[in-house]
Order: sequence, then C-alpha cells, then structure tokens
Amino acid sequence: MFHDLFFSKSKTKVPKPCPIALSTRVRLARNLREFPFPGRAQSGQKKAVLSKCMKALGKVKNLKACTSVELDELSELDRQILVEKHLISLELSQSDESGGVVLSDDRSCSVMVNEEDHLRIQVLANGLDFKKVWKLADTLDSGIESNLDYAFDSQLGFLTACPTNLGTGMRASVMMHLPGLVLSKNMDKVINAVNHLGIAVRGLFGEGSDASGSIFQISNQQTLGESESAILERLQDTLENIVHQEKMAREKLMEDDGVRLVDKMSRAMGALKNCYLIQSAEAMDHLSLIRLAADFGFLPEKFRALADRMFIEVQPGHVQLSAGKPIEPSERDHLRAEILRKEFIRMPQLNLDAQVD
Amino acid sequence: MKCHHCDSQATVHLTQIINGQMHKMDLCESCAQEKGVTNPDNLSIGNLLDDQPKIDSSTASMTCESCGTTHQDFKKGGRLGCEACYHVFRPVLEPLLDGMHAGINHLGKIPSRSLKKKSLVESEETLRQALHKAVEEENYEKAAELRDHLKKLQSQNSPTT
Repeated sequence: MFHDLFFSKSKTKVPKPCPIALSTRVRLARNLREFPFPGRAQSGQKKAVLSKCMKALGKVKNLKACTSVELDELSELDRQILVEKHLISLELSQSDESGGVVLSDDRSCSVMVNEEDHLRIQVLANGLDFKKVWKLADTLDSGIESNLDYAFDSQLGFLTACPTNLGTGMRASVMMHLPGLVLSKNMDKVINAVNHLGIAVRGLFGEGSDASGSIFQISNQQTLGESESAILERLQDTLENIVHQEKMAREKLMEDDGVRLVDKMSRAMGALKNCYLIQSAEAMDHLSLIRLAADFGFLPEKFRALADRMFIEVQPGHVQLSAGKPIEPSERDHLRAEILRKEFIRMPQLNLDAQVD
Repeated sequence: MKCHHCDSQATVHLTQIINGQMHKMDLCESCAQEKGVTNPDNLSIGNLLDDQPKIDSSTASMTCESCGTTHQDFKKGGRLGCEACYHVFRPVLEPLLDGMHAGINHLGKIPSRSLKKKSLVESEETLRQALHKAVEEENYEKAAELRDHLKKLQSQNSPTT
C-alpha cells in the first residue's frame, strides 16, 4: 500500500548515468537540545522528538511537497526496499519505535527521524557532484534549523550520539564502480592508501557490506577539525585520483590481455540472458561487467542505465516485491533469473569495433 | 628505555600509524602480556592509552546525571547519551577525539539560532555585570534602566520563543 513511496514522483528526465562515479551523497547528523539521543531516550521522549521533528519538517520549503511516513506504518518488506533504494538506513529500518522518514518528491532528499541521531538529513544526486549536493543539504539543514533548536557546542560543533560524527556531522560519500582496480587486484592497495588520508571504503550497502559488483562507497572518516568545504575538497581530490587509477587499470587490462577481459564481459552477457537460478551477489558481478562493457563502448549506453537499475532490482527485497507474495530464497533465485532474462534478452553482441576512450 | 606503564625495562616496541600519524609506545614484557599485545588483531595504541591508570581512577565512577550514561557504557558502546554527556565525559573524550579527527575544534557551519542565542547570553551576562556595578555605585537610576533592559532580553532569550 506504500509502494508509491518507493518511486520518484518528479517528471524530470532521469540524468545520464556516469561511467565511474555512480552517485554522490551528503548526510548530516543533527540532534535536538533538551532531549537525550535516541539510543538513551525513553519511549515517551522518542515520541515527542518524532512529533516535534515531523512538525518542523512540514514547514521546510524544500520538503513541502513530500511524503512523510512513520516506520510503524510500514511492513518489514517495505522497510527492506527503502534500505535497498538507499532511502533509509538499515539501522532505522530495524528501529522498534518512533522512527520516521520524510522523502522529497523526486526522492533526492530524505530526512530520517530517531535513527542513531534525532535527525539524519540526506541528499543524493547522480554522478560526482559535491557542490550541488552540499548546497542542497546545507539549505535543507538551515531550513530545518529555523524551526528547531539543535544541540550545538561552540568548540565541538554539532553534538552527535557517536563522537565519530561530531563537529560538522557530515558524511559525504560517492558510490564508485571500480572493476578495473578489482580485476587487476589493486583495490587493497587503494583502500590502504586512502585509509591513511582519513577516507573510508565500504561496500554498496555501507558498513559491513561486501564489494559485490565492484561497487564501493567512499567517504570521509573525520568530521571535526575541518570545515565542510575543506572535507569535501580533500575527498574530491582523492576521488579524482581514484577515477584516474581506475581508468589506467582498465586500459592496462585491455592492453595486456584484452581477450580475457572481453571473454569475461561476453560470458556475463551469456549468464544474464540464460540463467534460471541466480543469487544477488553473482548477478551483481555480471551486471558490473555489463556496465564495464558499456563504458568501453562495446554496448549501447542504455545498458549502463539498465545495469544501474538492475543493481537495485536484483536485491532480495525488490525480487520479493515483484513476486507480490512471500517466497522462499530458492524461489527468489528463480524469479531473479527470470527478471534478468527478460531485461537482457534483447542485448546485442559486444561491438568490439566501437571502443571509446 | 622504560616501559610506558611501569618503570621496568621496555622490551616491546610498538609503532602504529593512525590517520597518517605515527604513534610509538614502549612496554615491558609483563605489561605487553597484560595489554594483549601478543595478539596483534586486538591491538591499538588508542586502547592502551585509554587504559592508563591515572585516567581510569578518576573516570571509573563518571556518570551523566542528565541521562544516566556511565563511563563504562561509553567505553562499551562508543556512544554518548545526550548533550550533557559531552561535558561530563570531556576529560576522556578529548584524547580520543584527537586521534579520531583532524582537530578538536569545530571549524564548520554554525547554526544561526545558536549564534543568536550565544550573543544573547553574552549580552545578558554583560548587562548583569553592569547592573551589579551600578547598584554597588548606588546609581539607582542607571540600575533601573539596566534592569528593564535585562528583563526584556531574558524574555527574548527564554526557550518558549
């Protein structure tokens, strides 16, 4: 019944997906004064925070035409799908009471209530674009702040439940597709190098998730002692460097053993067209190679967009949703295969003459 | 070379890189055993520093009166319970923040309401001092004026507005 919640209501054209940086996200952690943080709050206090925040969020200009939902109203499957779409966090989806979320119409902004902190403001955009995303998050935050008193300390900045978010409360991250670095076995080196720069690398679904499909979430680790723009600048430099490394790795793979790489892509196409049982991790690895083939120009651009959409639609919750009823994991693998076959059946052969730089 | 924790001869020398900064520590055999240095997976200089006896004795009984979070809770879960915790646990927090972040002073956005509040609180304090001085000097006319000012400011600064 909440299924319209999952989809953007905006009529604007979906922007073209970018080759290496899939999407940019900025998240701000904020808490209200005079209330304990959600982890310590009593049931009544959490309820009070939820209603106070929902009321304040309703007055914010950018969020006026939006959907607001209390987590209690959602089924387990609804929650799982919102997590798979990156609209709410796993932590909020598991919250037992008084959790809430407000989603903007185009689904680019979401504000979670009573997650680890009272408010988690999140803005998402396609490609690598910190400037746009930060500007929107900053405006949204100021709008919310004009209706609420934030817990703020002049030395420590915005006060958060976990000291790792203290100060700016800002976590900026970019989802990156790095098959070149994974296939050339250079990813560990990159992770080690950026960790020393105070930058974290995680899997597609954040903390604790694996790197299926060669998709990584790269974000700042430190939030205090630097301004937002300094953090974003440093992150941007590092990400540009990673994009460069990824391009070099792809070139080298093609130069050293192009036939092996083409063989991998072509087999991935074969698997997606012909599978009858497939788990999400395997599907994501094949989709990653389709995306790579589109980046090389071996497949029309539209297959990059299709791969991006399918990365989300092969997730367990989404497959379950398309079944329309609860199904066993083995049935799910069967249905996932059916969905993929249907989407990819008309995929052409790799056009190896069409390589682009 | 002496052990970081006791005065015995240090035989274990640790070097760890945290956020690009090198941290060194020298330990004797028995302190190294006690701190679990023999298992490199569990080892972090941050934890060793955190376990210094001089900090422990004064902070073990720390509890936030506002929300009930204890120092033990914080050590276990890594999360604080409320705004007031940041005052209560500041002595144990500051060395941790130093290793965790790029600095310990906020250089980012300042919420506009907090900014207004801060200056209101500051001017309230200034007025209060001036009032005190005027009373001391028996300048009652000025004191009455300042009192009216202060009242006005306090009503602006109350949480209901």
